[in-house]
Amino acid sequence: MLHSTRKRLLAGAAAIAVGSLILTACASQREEGGGSEEPSEVDSTFIFGASGDVSSLDPAFASDGESFRVSRQIFEGLVGVEPGTADPAPLLASSWEQSEDGLTYTFTLEEGVTFHDGTPFNAEAVCFNFDRQNNFTGIAQSESLSYYWGKLMRGYADTGTSIYGGCEAVSDTEVTGTLTEPFAGFIPALSLPAFAMQSPTALEEYGADEVGGTSEAPTLSEYATGHPTGTGPFQFESWDPGSTTTLTAYEDYWGEQGVVEEIIFQVIGDTTARRQALESGSIDGYDLVAPADLGALEEAGFTLINRDPFNVLYLGMNQAVPELADERVRQAIAHAIDKEQLISQVLPEGTEVASQFMPDSVIGWNPDVTTYEYDPEAAQALLAEAGFDESNPLTITFNYPVNISRPYMPNPEQIFTNLQSQLEAVGIVLNPVSNEWGEYLDLIQGGSDHGIHLLGWTGDYNDPDNFVGTFFGAPSNEWGFDNAEIFGALTTGRGLATAEEQESAYADANAQIMEFLPGIPLAHPVPTLVFDERVTSYPASPVQDEVYNLVELSE
Amino acid sequence: MIRTIGKRFLLLIPTLFGLSILLFLWVRALPGGPAVALLGERATPEAVAEINRLYGFDRPLFEQYIVWLGRLLQGDFGTSIQTGRAVTEEFWRRFPATLELSSAALLIAVGVGIPLGYWAARRHGKATDHLTVAASLLGITIPVFFLAFLLKWVFAVQLGWLPSEGRQDPRIDATHYTNFYILDGIITGEWDAAWDAFLHLILPAVALATIPLAIIVRITRASVLEVQNADYVRTGMAKGVSQGTIRGRFILRNALLPVVTTVGLQTGLLISGAVLTETVFAFPGIGSFLARAIFTRDFPVLQGFIIFIAIAYALINLIVDVSYSFIDPRVRVQ
Repeated sequence: MLHSTRKRLLAGAAAIAVGSLILTACASQREEGGGSEEPSEVDSTFIFGASGDVSSLDPAFASDGESFRVSRQIFEGLVGVEPGTADPAPLLASSWEQSEDGLTYTFTLEEGVTFHDGTPFNAEAVCFNFDRQNNFTGIAQSESLSYYWGKLMRGYADTGTSIYGGCEAVSDTEVTGTLTEPFAGFIPALSLPAFAMQSPTALEEYGADEVGGTSEAPTLSEYATGHPTGTGPFQFESWDPGSTTTLTAYEDYWGEQGVVEEIIFQVIGDTTARRQALESGSIDGYDLVAPADLGALEEAGFTLINRDPFNVLYLGMNQAVPELADERVRQAIAHAIDKEQLISQVLPEGTEVASQFMPDSVIGWNPDVTTYEYDPEAAQALLAEAGFDESNPLTITFNYPVNISRPYMPNPEQIFTNLQSQLEAVGIVLNPVSNEWGEYLDLIQGGSDHGIHLLGWTGDYNDPDNFVGTFFGAPSNEWGFDNAEIFGALTTGRGLATAEEQESAYADANAQIMEFLPGIPLAHPVPTLVFDERVTSYPASPVQDEVYNLVELSE
Repeated sequence: MIRTIGKRFLLLIPTLFGLSILLFLWVRALPGGPAVALLGERATPEAVAEINRLYGFDRPLFEQYIVWLGRLLQGDFGTSIQTGRAVTEEFWRRFPATLELSSAALLIAVGVGIPLGYWAARRHGKATDHLTVAASLLGITIPVFFLAFLLKWVFAVQLGWLPSEGRQDPRIDATHYTNFYILDGIITGEWDAAWDAFLHLILPAVALATIPLAIIVRITRASVLEVQNADYVRTGMAKGVSQGTIRGRFILRNALLPVVTTVGLQTGLLISGAVLTETVFAFPGIGSFLARAIFTRDFPVLQGFIIFIAIAYALINLIVDVSYSFIDPRVRVQ
């Protein structure tokens, strides 16, 4: 009996093996069949390993990087950016003019552009999009949905605070937009996917504004989960939540189409899993490479591509803590830090030293701000002046996050350790406190129970208000100071009409900030992308305006 | 019999009620709220307050619990903060993936574990027995995520034999009716899709099966060793009962009793084990979604999914107990 069982088992195993072989043969035949006609043809499917899923396919209701990454393929705005920079450039609008009072913008539109559903792109479509966002009501106004409209236009039609004055279609190809207050950041802000042009037909047909059901349980619209319709080089194909988003080339695209015919964004949350997916050849590339992986990946022949840093990493100092309210203490901490050493030891190659709270490509960057050179002796002297010495050392809490990686802060634990040794070297006693990311942000921004801390920011578009304005525009728990002069300067800057006016205003503001020294700008770390060898060109952009019709593939 | 099952069913109610309270308190005790996770590093305090108001997180804990429980009893599990879709929808969308994965893992664990344990017991004291015991000990102690990365590194990265993540090659345009990918491939006759889904299942299923497999090997081995020295086995042999009957009916059947209990327990644990395995293999099931929900403090998803899993666990235990009484009639009499 045992023997016959064994035989049966063996026969079964053999059958499975043969079956598998046949199936494998079928599969490989299929592959060969596809490629044999034109052996030199490249595989036009581009698979990108995304660290997270899309949160909304309607860019007006999104503000996160993963949603924007997908949006940029499907949608285009009136304004784009100069390739490789954060500076505004024509896109769906071929040109624009600003009125003398700075309030009215006249856009000339590209001709012959259609949305993916065949709807023509024209001045009416532009007004439809602007009016739509300004007329958001109820839940649609919440920051988790229409973050950028609320932030940049400062409100909605029914809140009475919106600086959006209206839109008028002058002709099919000419449209004017009016603001009620000057806003120099308006044109650069239009390059954000949140303000991209969407098909009015599709927006209406699929109830794009019908977000939310109840206030307790906001839900996305049918449009935002399955029918995004723009003018971009790729059109929406499918979204398998938590797994993949698939786009295909839009045949009637008005611009250059490129070699990529299909894009698949595959969600792989874990960093090591993303790296293994690339190594095993199942994805073509991914973003935010862990600094620890850079060397090994490069050695293995993968292509590393750096974005120009459009971010800032800083050490914040909370002046609600009495010791940190003393300017001499803040200066001492600044002199105790060797930024070069920090960068060379724990930040990616190519990272630049920060002298102020914005990178030098942003309007209003000032080459002449006060700097605090690395000088441990000066640090000790300043501490002594403030009343701290060996018998009575300065003791402060150092907050830092754990288990998180941000473009401006790829490895907070290592940055902390490095700074800790530098600060302790001048006799400062630290009380390290680490937290998980969500809790950390709550702690730093929700209350005053913190000392010095690590944080930073990546800019959305080329506007100084997007950097220093968000940090120091108003009193906050993060910094714990009240400096009417700085708050005033930044409020004025935000309401200026042109980039020229902003230039000098923000240069002054930056000088004031660095004189006051609310924190120490440390570095502008380089974010790195990695690709399979077959990706021969990738349009890296400091503001992540990377559209895959410009990707080049070799095999 | 039916009365026993009915009683067990009723017992589920207080159990799940107690669990719901504990779960609710645990989720609220997680540091950092969903608003910050959702809004990012530059959220204004007003925006955070707005989100908390929107989801009712600003109300007293007791009130929140009552509201949640009330809705739960009506089948409304709430809306995921991350995706804006109903928690039940998110669950059923992903559950087939997890069920496919845990079934495959269970199949491996039982299909390999019981024969291997039996085989080791029959070779009691020999080198192969020692080797099996040592290997099963390693299987129990090795961290699942480490094993998962190791398997991927060897079979996907170095050898390139198997895919490293996902449920199916995204290039394959497969039709899905049931969301059980292998089954779908068979139904539609898309053999390459079914085969691809099968290949994608191998590594995560092996990783997930390791611990239950090792435990089943050990329990089976110990149980067989105990039974084969029992008096009735010796009596049977003395009476000239055939080898086959002794092995099958005398030894294996009796030895399986404790194994069934173990398999039941391990089946429940498979779903929780899937959290790690699915994350490492980017396998889009309930496990990886749950892991993300913990990270993003997606309270409704955490609460809803864990209640679902608890119900599944309780039902599996019920099935185990019932099947136990079929194998061992004495249980029925009691």
